[in-house]
Amino acid sequence: MSGEEFVPLSLTPLLIGTFAAIACALPGNFLVLRKQALIGDAISHVVLPGIVVAFLLTGAISTWPMMLGAAGAAVVAVVMIEAIRRLGQIEPGAAMGVVFTTMFAGGVLLLEQTDTSTVHLDVEHALYGNLESLIWLDAVGWSSLLDITALAGLPPELSRIALALIGVTLFIWLFWRPLKISTFDEGFARTIGIRTGAVGMALVITAAIAAVAAFDAVGSIIVIAMFICPPAAARMMTNRLEAQIAWSVVFASLSAIAGYVLAGYGPLWLGGADAVSAAGMIATMSGLILACAALWGPCRTRAGAPSTA
Amino acid sequence: MLELAADKGVSVAESGVDDSPLAIRGMTVSYGQKPAVFSVDMTVQPGAMTAIIGPNGAGKSTLLKAALGIVSPLSGQVTVFGAPLEQQRARIAYVPQRASVDWDFPTRVIDVVLMGLSRQLGLLGRIRARHMARALDCLHRVGMRDFADRQIGQLSGGQQQRVFLARALAQEADLYLLDEPFAGVDAATEKAIIAVLKSLKEAGKTVVVVHHDLATVTDYFDHVFLINTRKVAEGPVAEAFTAETLQAAYGGRLATAQIDQISRALG
Repeated sequence: MSGEEFVPLSLTPLLIGTFAAIACALPGNFLVLRKQALIGDAISHVVLPGIVVAFLLTGAISTWPMMLGAAGAAVVAVVMIEAIRRLGQIEPGAAMGVVFTTMFAGGVLLLEQTDTSTVHLDVEHALYGNLESLIWLDAVGWSSLLDITALAGLPPELSRIALALIGVTLFIWLFWRPLKISTFDEGFARTIGIRTGAVGMALVITAAIAAVAAFDAVGSIIVIAMFICPPAAARMMTNRLEAQIAWSVVFASLSAIAGYVLAGYGPLWLGGADAVSAAGMIATMSGLILACAALWGPCRTRAGAPSTA
Repeated sequence: MLELAADKGVSVAESGVDDSPLAIRGMTVSYGQKPAVFSVDMTVQPGAMTAIIGPNGAGKSTLLKAALGIVSPLSGQVTVFGAPLEQQRARIAYVPQRASVDWDFPTRVIDVVLMGLSRQLGLLGRIRARHMARALDCLHRVGMRDFADRQIGQLSGGQQQRVFLARALAQEADLYLLDEPFAGVDAATEKAIIAVLKSLKEAGKTVVVVHHDLATVTDYFDHVFLINTRKVAEGPVAEAFTAETLQAAYGGRLATAQIDQISRALG
């Protein structure tokens, strides 16, 4: 494929898909180890009331207020989940279940009770996002990457998800030690002065921000898949957290790129006429990678039975 | 009738400045309706090895966790070497129960020991050769030097316990608090751990151990603290570890035969 075709039509969706996948997979590593991986699922439900409230307040469908509403709802939800988990001393899954069904129901109720029901809230868009449409029409080829006027025409989703990815990366880099120690041994972490409650809260809020930014561009299917599949597959490739993070980034990128290419060209290669959803194919790829890691990964056996006594 | 030290207006300051390695006053902890630890005072003797003893569910681990701020007490004050806990974190090393963590966590033995150095390393400090040397030396002291690169899930229970002890050694603390370090470990590990603890005591450190094996108390420890939700007895083994105090702590749960056996051991 030539640059004239690739850069305007495929470069930005590929970058956005890859950035979104990595931004979700990075915090997903810790969420999976903390058995909180379902938080991606929870966030995808709780943003509904946030979006509805943002629409009620502004009276228009525009991106920034809706993203702020979604982010606000996600933060409220993770704070409630943590609070219920700690105060009720119940497992995180149960706390998430209570919060996200309640908030989703609240969102539906709001939608029904106000005149927002006349506004078309597209379910398909929420699920699959709109990756294929995030094209860069101002570009004429690779040279456009140096052309300031062309760069101004980049889809805004790209800068938003890139910003989220930078934020997530900075957070994990800066708080690597507290995150690792409090995930492994919370009691010990407390005794050396790590504020484990604050660390856990910061992690889920970071995950929520990544999820909302990714949502906007690629829909909830990728978000839910990327929180779990690349980290879980990476865990079966290595016994070191540092290497696990690296593997999860590789798997997330691989899913995004292979999924996008297969969705666009796979049906043609098979003699079909239409492309299939890129988001669906990316999620499918991450699932396939997870399945392969579960079958052939070098570190897939659980500890328990020591190999040497 | 509730009788909390805090209600009586007694504070550590008023009861005299106490620079004991660990002083607990009026500690009450509850996980629900029923208190797990009720109005307990404890004064740990410096340079001694103290066993916290009591039946299952007597609040031994809870007392330790509350003293360290891992669980929040309803009331109570803790001082460490005469100062508030938060100022003395660097002087405390804690060894949690082995079963309290997920040993499938993707990390190696050496990484766990290096966690003991994280206060010095700070958020972003690089692990240098001297840190690595210290961590390896601590592994050597517990006989685990050859296992440094193993994944922690591949260790036996006793080996896991020794790695936890090595992490505590790396902290170079003055007060060592261990929660059931001998639970479910092999005889060789028990011997290795007690040898390390005795060497700490010889170096002037203070050691407090939550312990469940009454038969070894007289061999291993010089002070005991008996608890059954409330404090039952506290003092040197010869004075506080007697048939009467054990009966009081364990009630009917301890067979008379066991008490006789311990009494004989005590002479």
